[in-house]
Amino acid sequence: MASRIYECIGKISEAINENKDFLTDLDREIGDADHGVNMARGFSAVMEAIPQDETDIGTVLKKTGMTLLSKVGGASGPLYGTAYMEAGKLAAGKSELNAEDFGAMLNAAIEGIQKRGKAVRGEKTMLDALIPAYEAYTAKVTEGADLISALEEACTKAKEGIEFTKTIRATKGRASYLGDRSIGHQDPGATSATLTLEAILDYLKG
Amino acid sequence: MVGIVIVSHSAKIAEGIKELALQMAIGYEGLYTAGGLEDGSIGTDAVRIMEAIQNADQGDGVVVLADLGSGIISAETAIDMLEGAVKVQIADAPIVEGAIIAAVEASIGNPFEQVLSETEKTREFRKI
Repeated sequence: MASRIYECIGKISEAINENKDFLTDLDREIGDADHGVNMARGFSAVMEAIPQDETDIGTVLKKTGMTLLSKVGGASGPLYGTAYMEAGKLAAGKSELNAEDFGAMLNAAIEGIQKRGKAVRGEKTMLDALIPAYEAYTAKVTEGADLISALEEACTKAKEGIEFTKTIRATKGRASYLGDRSIGHQDPGATSATLTLEAILDYLKG
Repeated sequence: MVGIVIVSHSAKIAEGIKELALQMAIGYEGLYTAGGLEDGSIGTDAVRIMEAIQNADQGDGVVVLADLGSGIISAETAIDMLEGAVKVQIADAPIVEGAIIAAVEASIGNPFEQVLSETEKTREFRKI
């Protein structure tokens, strides 16, 4: 029987696949038109690489990260790869997560992306969705919210983060070559990061 | 002898640079490539880059030349994964000119620091 973490990664893979053309179209406008194709290829390889019955969340996330950094092909490979591996380190030996665990893992993933990409908030990247999402998440958990309702708030803020990326110019990645021409377009990475959080929420809500 | 790794999104570019560089460093065997993805498509693969660095390493260090974008970020990821097991650095240099100079410098047995600094001087090469 497939483990919960396998099914959850499967849900993320499905969301990426369903939005493959959308992500690639976004990337065509301000990048090199490969984000959706690359991410879909990466997650197809992930679903083949992780054992269906593996219940150790740390093991599954580490394998997911290693596969992404090898198979995606673009910069999102090392970025998402590092994110999953850093999150996975905190889940080693665990087959269940509470609200605090998930928050700490989201934070570790964000720190991994920042370090790998040498990026900060406000540069039109996935961080512009993930950092507001994390802040909203931890605020809700501090108020006593459970994982699902905190993640619902996080997803709302991540979507607002996507909208925010339309208003700024890119200073990282291929889009930075375009300067002001990048304004008006939403960032593909912020979009795939939001799809990821929404897929996890969808899975947890059943 | 210092090793060299050529990282490109394209396997053809990486192989072509190798061919060009070895024309000037005949008999040099420390040059490895990590071009494209395993299935031949365009992209960079941090795991393949890590393996190329391990293959190129003969104990005297490895200089990496990479093309743009994810070429750099994947090479940095590969170096982090080695956790200090190999003395390795990405040269801040144009990939073609840098690879030629690196291969010549390494083939005559120059040490890591010199191979790296001579390779990085190619940033200043004027063409016209």
